[in-house]
Amino acid sequence: MTDLLAHQEGARCLLMGNEAMARGALEAGVNVAAGYPGTPSSEIIENLANAAQNGRLYVEWSTNEKVALEVAAAASFAGLRSLCVMKQNGVNVASDFLLHLAGSGTRGGMVLVACDDPGALSSVNEGESRHFARLVEIPLLEPGGFQEALDMMKWAFALSEKIRNIVMVRSVTRLSHASGNVVLGPLPGVDAQAVFRYNGNILDPMEGPVISMPVTAKHGLQQKKLRQAVALFDASPFNTYTGPDAPEILCITASAGYLYSKEAIDLLGLEDRVGLLKLGTTWPLPSRLLAKYLALTHQILIVEEVTSFLEDNVKILAAGMGPEIGVKTIFGKTDGTIPSVGELNPDIVIHALLKITGVDYQGVPADYTQRAETIADTGAPARDLTFCPGCPHRASFWSIHMALQMDNRQGFVCGDIGCYSLAIFPTGFSTLKTVHSMGSGTGIASGFGKLGPFGMNQPVLAVCGDSTFFHAVLPALVNAVHQRSEITLVVLDNSGTAMTGFQPHPGLSVDASGNAVPGLDIARICEAIGAGVRVCDPFDLETTRQTLFDLLESRGGVNVLILKKRCALSPERKARKDFKMSVDQAVCLGSNCGCNRLCTRIFRCPGLIWNKEKKMTEIDEVICVGCGVCASICPSGAVVKKEKA
Amino acid sequence: MDHTIHLPDPFNLIITGVGGQGNVLASKVVGNMLMEKGLNITIGETFGASQRGGSVMSHLRISPRSGFSPQIPKGKAHLVIALEPTEALRVLKDYGNPKVNVLCNIRPIHSIGVISGDQDYPLLESLQKWIRELCEQAWFINATDAAITLGNPILGNVIMVGALAATRMLPLDRGRFESVITRTMPAAKVEINLAAFDRGRKMIDN
Repeated sequence: MTDLLAHQEGARCLLMGNEAMARGALEAGVNVAAGYPGTPSSEIIENLANAAQNGRLYVEWSTNEKVALEVAAAASFAGLRSLCVMKQNGVNVASDFLLHLAGSGTRGGMVLVACDDPGALSSVNEGESRHFARLVEIPLLEPGGFQEALDMMKWAFALSEKIRNIVMVRSVTRLSHASGNVVLGPLPGVDAQAVFRYNGNILDPMEGPVISMPVTAKHGLQQKKLRQAVALFDASPFNTYTGPDAPEILCITASAGYLYSKEAIDLLGLEDRVGLLKLGTTWPLPSRLLAKYLALTHQILIVEEVTSFLEDNVKILAAGMGPEIGVKTIFGKTDGTIPSVGELNPDIVIHALLKITGVDYQGVPADYTQRAETIADTGAPARDLTFCPGCPHRASFWSIHMALQMDNRQGFVCGDIGCYSLAIFPTGFSTLKTVHSMGSGTGIASGFGKLGPFGMNQPVLAVCGDSTFFHAVLPALVNAVHQRSEITLVVLDNSGTAMTGFQPHPGLSVDASGNAVPGLDIARICEAIGAGVRVCDPFDLETTRQTLFDLLESRGGVNVLILKKRCALSPERKARKDFKMSVDQAVCLGSNCGCNRLCTRIFRCPGLIWNKEKKMTEIDEVICVGCGVCASICPSGAVVKKEKA
Repeated sequence: MDHTIHLPDPFNLIITGVGGQGNVLASKVVGNMLMEKGLNITIGETFGASQRGGSVMSHLRISPRSGFSPQIPKGKAHLVIALEPTEALRVLKDYGNPKVNVLCNIRPIHSIGVISGDQDYPLLESLQKWIRELCEQAWFINATDAAITLGNPILGNVIMVGALAATRMLPLDRGRFESVITRTMPAAKVEINLAAFDRGRKMIDN
């Protein structure tokens, strides 16, 4: 993490896109920031929380994205500048409130930052937040670089105050998690006062109660604000054109697509033939600006990631402006020039331009590529994702897997969102059979648990993490208890939002900025709801397996088993070996053992090595973190754990 | 020594390895050292889910002129730094070319497919032969073993940064390294990282 307050105005820094946006918010004088962790968005709130320790700024990791948006909205209603940050599917969670907020309007500048993940580099979807801007009728801005990520945040707060509504800024993984040079601007003094005024007329945006009613009147007002935004967008410094006065092709793009397009045009030497219109304001589109550039040529290429948001909206505008700009041939998603799934890169844009222009390009000699592919096929064995060495989830899923096998009634586990989603793969013994959105494992299990009258007699389990428990599992668990569903929920409690970098959640007694706060006890909450609750240490494989087996046999409504162990990467456990592990070569029977290499073939901890020559298991001293679990796996007792002094 | 290094514009560097090897830190340190020399830097990272035992890659675009995209076009790498040898091959497949240079840590990290016996890990001699075949110039060092002698295998990434400085492929000097880590790391870690940098420098023969 970079100390965003350490640098003075004018300093040139190498900042992550997320750091640049956080600094932009600070330069805009943001007073309140809230969010829920999610890759690739988390560093924005983390950096602001760090800055909050030094100034008058309140930052929180909220229970979920909807609550985060509500917390941030309250600050805006009280006249402060507020920021809310989430990943793409977080906007789905927040969207109910977002619709109503867009209808009621805001007061102090309020910005929603949504970080999308084209290509699903760290997601189980490549959903798009851009569509929400159009759906709920609010302005959408998209930075096309690192400096712009900073500058655009300041502009977004000002825009929000001009139109008295929330403004959405959308980033993507390749900007949020990439770094570039940024020159810092000045930090304002902080003197904001919070007052919530409500005694005015219901239609008074600054003095009346804040609600979306009367609906059609407020909706009309909201659309008027949006038209105001379009007028500002037509003159926005974030919309730029580079290229010839009379290009053969006009490439329209935004976000990371701009950087790829610029590079592709440069590599192909097409600067004199292709014009590049980069849009920073992508909803509503700046119609006068587009009319001007669409008129330049009849061939239009639209470069954007995942779905055809920009393309569809440009087509609608172009159809309406037909008499003025003429008939266009539009290349993009619809005609297959640009793929509609996955993230972009310079080569995809290169190939799109090759298709349209017919120029020749070979990035690298064909025989080199062929040879490199042949070598890599044999020489670089694939790296499947795996739980880290010492991860409590590997031990937990081992016990769940074993208990389900002992039970032998085709039981299964509904998964949820976190590192433990990896248990759909062999690293978690392929234990998970469904994975959808936050909290949905328990919701789906609640439904499965009611299918007994239809002849279903398979035991139903769900898993969730401790942060996910508070985010969206609670309502589903309440439902399961209330509806008398037959399920077992296993809470994989590793004491933090581990996957995204150990952000605190309501179960912990520390907040985003390190202050002491009351931590809520998951076990006591579950008991209060009416579930049977057991707690085990997942590294105690035998007790965990037996407890779970007993719960499966008991068939008594909703049971919760909490498996509590800190994440292996947590500051408390990192770089600390509890045990010195070794394999007693006199005892290990290797491939002759009846276990058929349970440790390496099935358990597959990265800290183990299968020595093919000796036909024996070994410990990789560099990788092993000394958790000791593999000693409990070995049936012949060949894996030895020795307590570290 | 800086003016003796003539850089293509942009110079494309890939640092690759396995999640947990300190790829991101290495790219940030190198990026900051070069930025302080007045160069424009863009770093594209792959981390998140792929951090969990997967292959990771940082793309560094280095230019006196302007910022470039966070992804290097296929076949356009000038230098690949591999913290793990099979990862060098994986990167060369997509980003290599006959003129590319490779600086490689030869200490293997077995994937779980290799641990389970579903896949074979190649012999080190084969890996070195293949890497040499696919590049113009290669340096091989055992940064992990050297890091263990310094007390912690994680220092392998900084040893590689020291080795990179000694290859003189990029204008990186010890003073700049010291100023960057002094600014970005806890004070208690500066000395050991300087030692790692120096160890790496000595592992490359000029």
